[in-house]
Amino acid sequence: MESALFYLFGTISLIAAISVVAQRRVFYSALSLIICLCALSALYLLLKAPFIAAVQVIVYAGAIMVLFLFVIMMLDPFAAARLTDKKKWLGSLSVVLGTTMLTLILPFLSSYPRNLMAAQAGVVGTERIGRAIFDEYVLPFEATSILILVGIIGAVILGKRRA
Amino acid sequence: MGIFPYLVLSALLFIVGTVGVILKKNVIAIFLCIELMLNGANLSFVAFSRYLGQVHGQVFVFFVMVVAAAEAAVGLAITITLYRNRKTLSVDDADIMKW
Repeated sequence: MESALFYLFGTISLIAAISVVAQRRVFYSALSLIICLCALSALYLLLKAPFIAAVQVIVYAGAIMVLFLFVIMMLDPFAAARLTDKKKWLGSLSVVLGTTMLTLILPFLSSYPRNLMAAQAGVVGTERIGRAIFDEYVLPFEATSILILVGIIGAVILGKRRA
Repeated sequence: MGIFPYLVLSALLFIVGTVGVILKKNVIAIFLCIELMLNGANLSFVAFSRYLGQVHGQVFVFFVMVVAAAEAAVGLAITITLYRNRKTLSVDDADIMKW
């Protein structure tokens, strides 16, 4: 059952990911990425990480992708197809690049014990993550709040029209 | 089932994202491919968190999401500024910093 669900959602996410790269129009790329993120959130549920799955849908597929779609709609969404050149060799070049990288990465992946079984700890609930964030990781957590603040200020200053 | 399929899927997502970053010309498409790479890394974080029985992997995914949100905000602001000043979204027309 678990492996069937894994292969179902894994295939969906992989096809959506390839569609992100293959689409000519960036608007459709963004929609494909949303599908990919939702399939990944199902995989997180399969890995017994419900908090991460919920955050994935709410923050990633919700907030961040809506920001992307806002900007894409603002900047002329369907004219962007002009950017892609219709060179035939780009598709085969991407396949060659991908297989090269995969053959480079696979030996490292195989170095992990293949049939490492899932730990018996069960579901890592929100409580354990909250305790970890506010206890062990409290300094990085406060640093991320500064990072977000800097991001907001930077976005406002960059987006402001020069007088 | 073992951890290996999850790691392979995560590597595949990362590779698809990398190929997109290398080949795409549209700035926003490159951003989307970077998000794809981040998600590939996130998947292996969560898989290791599950298979080692620790919480640290999921805390790292949380931080990666925060960084992705900040990056998207600043990057899209830069994109809007680029479009306003140059009327283009192509990375080939904005290569003044490259040389």
